[in-house]
Amino acid sequence: MAAPTIDDYAIIGDCRSAALVSREGSIDWLCWPRFDSPSLFAAILDPEKGGRFSIRPTGRFLATRRYLPDTNVLETRFFTPTGTLRLTDLMPVASEEQKRKEILPDHEVLRELVCEEGDVDLEVDYDPRPRFGTTPPKLRQHGKFGLRMSLPRLGELVLLSELPLQRRSQGASARARLSAGERLIFRMVYTAEAPTALLPFEEAPASIRRTARWWRDWVARLKYDGPYRPAVTRSALALRLLIYAPSGAVVAAPTTSLPEQLGAEKNWDYRYCWLRDASFIVRALFGLGYHAEAEAFVSWLLHTTRLTRPRLNVLYDVFGEVTESEHDVPLSGYRGSRPVRVGNKAQDQLQLDVYGEVIDAACQYINEGGVFDRETERMLVSFGEYVCKHWCEPDEGIWEVRTGRVPHVHSRVLCWTALDRLLDLHRKGHLSKAPVEEFVKTRARIQEEVRTRGWDEGIQSYVQVLGTRHIDAALLLISWYGFEHAASPRMKKTYARIRKELHADGSLLYRYSVLGGKKEGAFGICGFWAAEFLARGGGSLSEARETFEDLLRYGNDLGLFSEEIDPESGGSLGNFPQGFTHVGLINAALAIHERIHGRTRLPHHDLPHREEMA
Amino acid sequence: MNWLYVIVWGFGATVVLTTLMSASQGMGISRMNLPYMLGSMFTPDRDKAKLLGFGLHLFIGWAFSFLYGVGFVLLGGPTWWKGLIFGFVHAAFVLVVGMSLVPSLHPRMASEQRGPTITQRLEPPGFLGLHYGYQTPISLLIAHLVFGVLLGVLLQISGA
Repeated sequence: MAAPTIDDYAIIGDCRSAALVSREGSIDWLCWPRFDSPSLFAAILDPEKGGRFSIRPTGRFLATRRYLPDTNVLETRFFTPTGTLRLTDLMPVASEEQKRKEILPDHEVLRELVCEEGDVDLEVDYDPRPRFGTTPPKLRQHGKFGLRMSLPRLGELVLLSELPLQRRSQGASARARLSAGERLIFRMVYTAEAPTALLPFEEAPASIRRTARWWRDWVARLKYDGPYRPAVTRSALALRLLIYAPSGAVVAAPTTSLPEQLGAEKNWDYRYCWLRDASFIVRALFGLGYHAEAEAFVSWLLHTTRLTRPRLNVLYDVFGEVTESEHDVPLSGYRGSRPVRVGNKAQDQLQLDVYGEVIDAACQYINEGGVFDRETERMLVSFGEYVCKHWCEPDEGIWEVRTGRVPHVHSRVLCWTALDRLLDLHRKGHLSKAPVEEFVKTRARIQEEVRTRGWDEGIQSYVQVLGTRHIDAALLLISWYGFEHAASPRMKKTYARIRKELHADGSLLYRYSVLGGKKEGAFGICGFWAAEFLARGGGSLSEARETFEDLLRYGNDLGLFSEEIDPESGGSLGNFPQGFTHVGLINAALAIHERIHGRTRLPHHDLPHREEMA
Repeated sequence: MNWLYVIVWGFGATVVLTTLMSASQGMGISRMNLPYMLGSMFTPDRDKAKLLGFGLHLFIGWAFSFLYGVGFVLLGGPTWWKGLIFGFVHAAFVLVVGMSLVPSLHPRMASEQRGPTITQRLEPPGFLGLHYGYQTPISLLIAHLVFGVLLGVLLQISGA
């Protein structure tokens, strides 16, 4: 059987960590205890050395799968010539009330295998390879207390299996035959603290019910009655899995080094939190009615940014610390795409757009009824002062290219956004002290520069970099931030140029055309930006809907999206699932919904022309 | 023996002992969280169990410091090496006897004979606490040796 593609994977998680489960029943990616911890299973990046936990029929089979409705509980069915198996995979979660009543493990993957009809021969392969396959695994059999493995300085991995597994030179395995009605339970727990809870097998059905209920209760809080609700719900559920519950941070994706281009070197570690995503995430969470999650994220954001103020890093770990330095690990890579990187060097870059993102997110928080303390007010003002000093510098920009700094139009628009939102906050009384005059003056200068040097008469479009004729899809965001209305002639012409130059397939867009931008996949969120742009006045409602509906077909069978899409095959590329793409989907759906009902949530989305107010 | 000093230094030495045990867990030397193990006898709530267990451990340490005090009196006064011997005996007792008794005393802990069940689901420590990491006995021994030496030295210096 061929190695699984990125689309063959589903995600399960417990809002602290996540695993990828293949269509063939193999957990091929899992990092514990945190998203950015070293891997235990990484077969997706190296089938030989990465490690996996596989449960599957021995012979030929056809697999179908789904999530239980409104949950992140995965159900895979294996149809074989002799019978049918159902495999349920989940990371159990429980309410805080439940945790007070019951001792539960820190982390668990629960796998329930049921034979639904006939007789099926199956095989189990349990082969953890800690630290990206670099630490020799030493499994110890502790009888009913499980098959155990110590992870030096991390904790203990324990597998409780109803099917006795035989240890091999590496890992453990077993074969068995299940008949209709028979069931096997596998509980894999991780703990950094002893004594840990080892849950009995007979309690597994209750764990599954409790977890499914937890997710359904969460979905019940979704306040969205617009079109494409199933896709929006799945995106919300995927996004929820990327929120690190203890801090409220949102990681970009749970994986590292799934390639943006097969065989190339564009393999990055996305298991961290990018400030860039802030404004979009907050918009999506508030828009869907998840106020608690949005407020937790803003709280993380404001705490994190306080640590390095007024300079902002591009990315942080889930507790707001600077991440480990980038290095390679000795795995062969997804389909040979080397290197496999851990850590992300982008954290050392200068990306001036993050100031606008952070301040816009804070502004949304205030619009939803939040309040700042004095320290936060001072910090936001210090960001504004930083922007006034540095807005005209070249930077690495939104796409984090590693070819040096240039003056990006998008970064300048976001610097404008930073000052515009600060002035808005001041006007509404949320910033007691701010150098208003300086902010107004600098905002006007940035606006002037973008409108003159950022626009090219020859190609009739805003450009990616001042003084060039290249464009990028981030220019669609000019209207998102209220710099210029989507219906303006310039924005409509820019959109036309983007469609012409960056068009990939269907409604897909490349992010840029320079630096091999068209050799990698089309960038998932750019298509959704286009749909949102159209919905916000750049086109008609039907155009927006057509674009959106076309993009939906590029998700996998479960409705999950990666960072990029191969325009030729339609397959996923890049880290998976990608929070940014799902956030783009949600925001585009919200924009279409708002267009249908003629109302908007963000004030600047409804303003006719910002320059008239300046 | 001035028992007021035993109260004060016993408390101080217990704080150091608890700190060392927590540090060994934090540094990945042992997974054992003694306050959690003690506190979970009384509540399944993890946070409350740790808090309760911490208080209980302080109290037990305090009580043991009185036993140390009695030992010092019987052997002619406190010194560091007597404290070291007491600490060793204390640690050996906890590791050999205490660890084997915990599953019988702990209502939520499984044992070699029963569980894991719905109610008894915590893993037992095993001989010398080895289930909680092979360095557990070493870290526990060192912490108790420090406890004994500290108590002996502090009581000697203060002229108790």
